[in-house]
Amino acid sequence: MPGITGKDQVLSTYADKLSALDAPKGRSLTQDALRRLTRNKAAVVSIGVLVLIVLVAFIGPYFVPWGYSQVDWSNIRKPPNFEALHYLGTDQNGRDMLARVLQGTQMSLIVAAVATLVSVFIGVIYGAVAGYFGGRVDAIMMRIVDVMYALPYILFVIILVVMFGRNPVLLFVGIGAIEWLTMARIVRGQTLTLKEREFVEAARASGAKPFTIIMRHIVPNLTGPVVIYATLTIPEIIIAESFLSYLGLGVQEPQTSLGTLISAGAPVAEVMPWLLLAPAAVLVTMLFCLTYVGDGLRDALDPKDR
Amino acid sequence: MSEKDVILEVRNLSVHFDIPAGGLFGGHKVLKAVKDVSFDLHAGETLGIVGESGCGKSTLSRAIIRLIQASGGESKWMGKDILKMSPKELVGLRKDIQMIFQDPLASLNPRMTAGAIIAEPLLIHYPNVNKAERTARVAEMMQKVGLSPSMINKYPHEFSGGQCQRIGIARALITKPKLIVCDEAVSALDVSVQAQVINLLMDLQKEFGVSLLFIAHDIAVVRHIAQRIMVLYFGEVVEIGDSEQVVMAPRHDYTKKLIASVPVPDPKEEMKRREERRRLRREAAAAAA
Repeated sequence: MPGITGKDQVLSTYADKLSALDAPKGRSLTQDALRRLTRNKAAVVSIGVLVLIVLVAFIGPYFVPWGYSQVDWSNIRKPPNFEALHYLGTDQNGRDMLARVLQGTQMSLIVAAVATLVSVFIGVIYGAVAGYFGGRVDAIMMRIVDVMYALPYILFVIILVVMFGRNPVLLFVGIGAIEWLTMARIVRGQTLTLKEREFVEAARASGAKPFTIIMRHIVPNLTGPVVIYATLTIPEIIIAESFLSYLGLGVQEPQTSLGTLISAGAPVAEVMPWLLLAPAAVLVTMLFCLTYVGDGLRDALDPKDR
Repeated sequence: MSEKDVILEVRNLSVHFDIPAGGLFGGHKVLKAVKDVSFDLHAGETLGIVGESGCGKSTLSRAIIRLIQASGGESKWMGKDILKMSPKELVGLRKDIQMIFQDPLASLNPRMTAGAIIAEPLLIHYPNVNKAERTARVAEMMQKVGLSPSMINKYPHEFSGGQCQRIGIARALITKPKLIVCDEAVSALDVSVQAQVINLLMDLQKEFGVSLLFIAHDIAVVRHIAQRIMVLYFGEVVEIGDSEQVVMAPRHDYTKKLIASVPVPDPKEEMKRREERRRLRREAAAAAA
């Protein structure tokens, strides 16, 4: 580094010495939070169950003897039958329910994950920029959010579907486009308090550019609220997707999702309960687990709020 | 650069804040936080700024280096007005003027390690320095401020208040600035740590030859570190001069009061002074009635 001191030689030897030096790792806030999270039994069990569901949903189909769109002409509308290898029975078209539930869970998980990522990405950046710059920028950006909030998202998705046809990608876009609004508001609020903190001022005093400050100082300190809200967004998105599929706006046959399966099973719940029970059980388990994980994360990341 | 060179020249600097007066159309009141402040700062010199809470010390310090916008006046750094600098010139200026803050823990990003915090100004002003050299410089600086380089990977919450302030000092010094603005740098520390940090600052000043703008509300602390003292009262300079002169022979009534408010380490003496203050207050109340 020319220009500061002429001691480059001294410094390089010093650097060599330093690489031999063992500097113990500190314990970061994230590690602290993880420790607290692992002490929360409900959260740990929920994480375990969720991981199991994800694994089964993605690996399970390879071990199921029937495909999700394969029709078994000899078994139509049959309750669970282990001899014919229909462990959860078949639907009105003779398709294996286990295969369909697995595929539906897969689809719901993908929609939830992608839409959550989209909403976190847009929401965090939008909110942090609005909050950090403040003033007129903030006012305009947040009024846009308010306007978007006022639009009913069902209408929004219907318009999208009518314009572009039915396509799972539209689901991501439609749901993500709505979910980021709340994220942006939460992030903006947090940013408003963060930017008054002295370490942000310290960064400004040492000449950091606004974008650097947002990325290096504001966003990492938003982890807590963002992670918590994201885990609570996932169930919301699964429900939204189920709702859209229930209305017939979601996933297209022969593909399916938990919402589609439930909507198909609901009218015949009295005569063929297995069509409703299996997907509903998976959905309910997933929602419970995600809520417990979200609660656990909140307690772990913000111990003072407990 | 000789001792006599003026590096910072502040002329008639004022900062006004608009405060909404309430009501739908009710305009706004103007709060004059800093009024017509002028002073010079020489190379290698320490200027203390004292005054009670809310008298505009921090506002003044931030306006001088343009962290908040001043409403009028000039703040000349090496003959160039900071208040009129282009963004590019301003980045260069940030290398030469650094700041140390009041709350040691709050001024460090809780998600960054001590090493990353100290290295940040280096990263901004010398982006092509490689990682090994950066680490070496950070470790060197940590040693200079009395921290063990083995703490480089620790996070701020693992340090004590005094250690956090040392990190803050290391961060301020790493770009070899010419001026450091210390905004109540020791007010949040307890007395023994205060002394350590002040002595550290004085040692480092000797070593690097930086000028200090030392802000505090405790005139005893300022007297120890500063060659000259400026007394601020409601945003106005009431007195400026050599520290011995200001402390021993204050010219302005407010300075006298400020000096009288410093506690003496003698209970009997302190009791007498408290009586005296009570008497003054009674007289003032009687005069007001």
